[in-house]
Amino acid sequence: MGTIIKIAWRNVWRNKLRSLIVITSMVLGLWSGLFTVAMSRGINEQRVKSAIDTYLHHVQIHNPSFEYNLDINSVVEDPTSVLEEIESNSLVKAFSSRIIISVMASTAHGAEGVKIIGVESEKETSFSDISQNIVKGNYFSNTKSKPVIIGQKLADNLKLDIKKKLSVTFVDDNGDIQRIKFKVEGIFNTANSIYDGGNIFVKKEDLIDFFKNKYATHEIAILCNNIDDSNILKENLAGLFPNNKVETWKDISPELGSVQEIMVWFFLIFMSIILLALSFGIVNIMLMAVLERKRELGMLMSVGLNKTKVFLMILFETIFISCISLPLGILLSYLMISYYGQVGIDLSIVSKGLEAFGMKSMVFTDLPIDYYFRITILTLFVTLISSLFPARRALKLDPAEAIRSL
Amino acid sequence: MNVIETKNISKLYKQADQDIKALNDVSINFKKGEFTAIVGPSGSGKTTFLNTIGGLDSPSSGKVLIDNNDITKLNSNQLIDFRLRNIGFVFQSYNLIPVLTAKENVEFIMLMQGSSKSIRDKRSVELLKSVGLDDQLNRRPNQLSGGQQQRVAVARALASKPKFVLADEPTANLDSSSTANLLDIMSRLNKVENMTFIFSTHDQRVIDRANRIITLEDGKILSDITVK
Repeated sequence: MGTIIKIAWRNVWRNKLRSLIVITSMVLGLWSGLFTVAMSRGINEQRVKSAIDTYLHHVQIHNPSFEYNLDINSVVEDPTSVLEEIESNSLVKAFSSRIIISVMASTAHGAEGVKIIGVESEKETSFSDISQNIVKGNYFSNTKSKPVIIGQKLADNLKLDIKKKLSVTFVDDNGDIQRIKFKVEGIFNTANSIYDGGNIFVKKEDLIDFFKNKYATHEIAILCNNIDDSNILKENLAGLFPNNKVETWKDISPELGSVQEIMVWFFLIFMSIILLALSFGIVNIMLMAVLERKRELGMLMSVGLNKTKVFLMILFETIFISCISLPLGILLSYLMISYYGQVGIDLSIVSKGLEAFGMKSMVFTDLPIDYYFRITILTLFVTLISSLFPARRALKLDPAEAIRSL
Repeated sequence: MNVIETKNISKLYKQADQDIKALNDVSINFKKGEFTAIVGPSGSGKTTFLNTIGGLDSPSSGKVLIDNNDITKLNSNQLIDFRLRNIGFVFQSYNLIPVLTAKENVEFIMLMQGSSKSIRDKRSVELLKSVGLDDQLNRRPNQLSGGQQQRVAVARALASKPKFVLADEPTANLDSSSTANLLDIMSRLNKVENMTFIFSTHDQRVIDRANRIITLEDGKILSDITVK
């Protein structure tokens, strides 16, 4: 066996240029595949993170009928007990209760239907990333007037700026039309332009006066210490407060959660396509090597090299090519993915388009270690399959005929 | 005692709807220690005959007995093993393994036979010494001349201690001095080790050294002359 391996190894380097071309194509194929997947994962991870930080959070509690029509009367049942339980729960990192009303926001330049979110401003600072996304003005620092924080998109649509007035009209819990004037204190710009155009933030106390129930709460948003605890917390709270609807971020936005699962299949399918293309290269090169060495293989079979050994020799040659390409491809991918995972890839040239999908323009590549193991197994499998056809061709050679071939 | 015995062997080939008889009812014996040249014009059946007695090709009819064993009854794997243990081959184009050194090429056959490293080392050096290449042990075929490569091929053919050596036009690609040198070596091995050599050749220099000359024509034996 040792000599067969030795011959196979030396055969790989008989035609250095050809072997290097195959090895390079495999390395580049692996790198491009892994890097693309890492970039896609990075984009998705960032999209999920951005959505969670801005508006989804880990767990939300609503009145079961609230989400259908944002009915002002669909408030969280027994909010005081719910908040007390949340405050004492060890899984919870931060939380905030909110009033959410569907309103018409208008200025002299136009009107837009938006969601007004009344927040506990101090709690929200450590909770939501809106305060970190302020691009103009401040985040609830002025307590004298009724401040409002609006998105850049809405500011553009209604030609609003800092200190300008925004009039908000809505139907209160009595069915009466109410109108409040807010003063723009800050403008935020998240990764999601649709969100920026449809949500405004005010202090909860500026809205609570319009409710008979002074504890009215439409939404309790919670951040867990660990995102993986979302389901456990949901189960806990749902059991304790069956009249309220407790949902995790995956329940609220299933498309974001499923993308993560889809990514695993995307990875396998995408890499399989790349490896399939590479396998044709391997088959081609090995077939060429077999046909070129017809006479030599004929001689080997004539002098006593049995079919198993001929088969193994071709198999080893193919495996050696993989064994050189695979670590190089994986190392190159790992280094580049790690580097761009830290530094990020600046896609600000297409930031407008990305914002429409809720993505930031800086993408950080991300690929878990188990993906590298999967690709290693997949590549070795494809290599083995690729070697079968050339090896079979070698076995089919008639030694007497092969030895006479040119 | 006969090393090789053929009984009415014929070989038919199909070529463009035509049956070609490459061998036509050939019956012949070879004794241990013979130095035989098989001659004849191109297409007379020399190579087919060598391939048939070497187990590389099976006859359409007839028997090939090597030490009284009928090799036409062996399957392809048994034939490979049979060739490995009983027959040495020397080819017109040397056909050494280009990625192995001269010594490794000689050792290769012994390795396939399962010989130990010490035996392989000893015998490969001895054989290369006997063909005058003990100073070229670690050279690869592309670093050797045609004559040297053919001498390595002879050493390789003898490595397995075969019952006989088949050589298909071994001097066809060699110049006169390399041919003379190779023939000297093979003659010596024939005399000293009593090794049986069977050549197919057009080369008069080889024919002149042979102690038996068989002439083939149209797949039939035209003459069989023993030279004293």
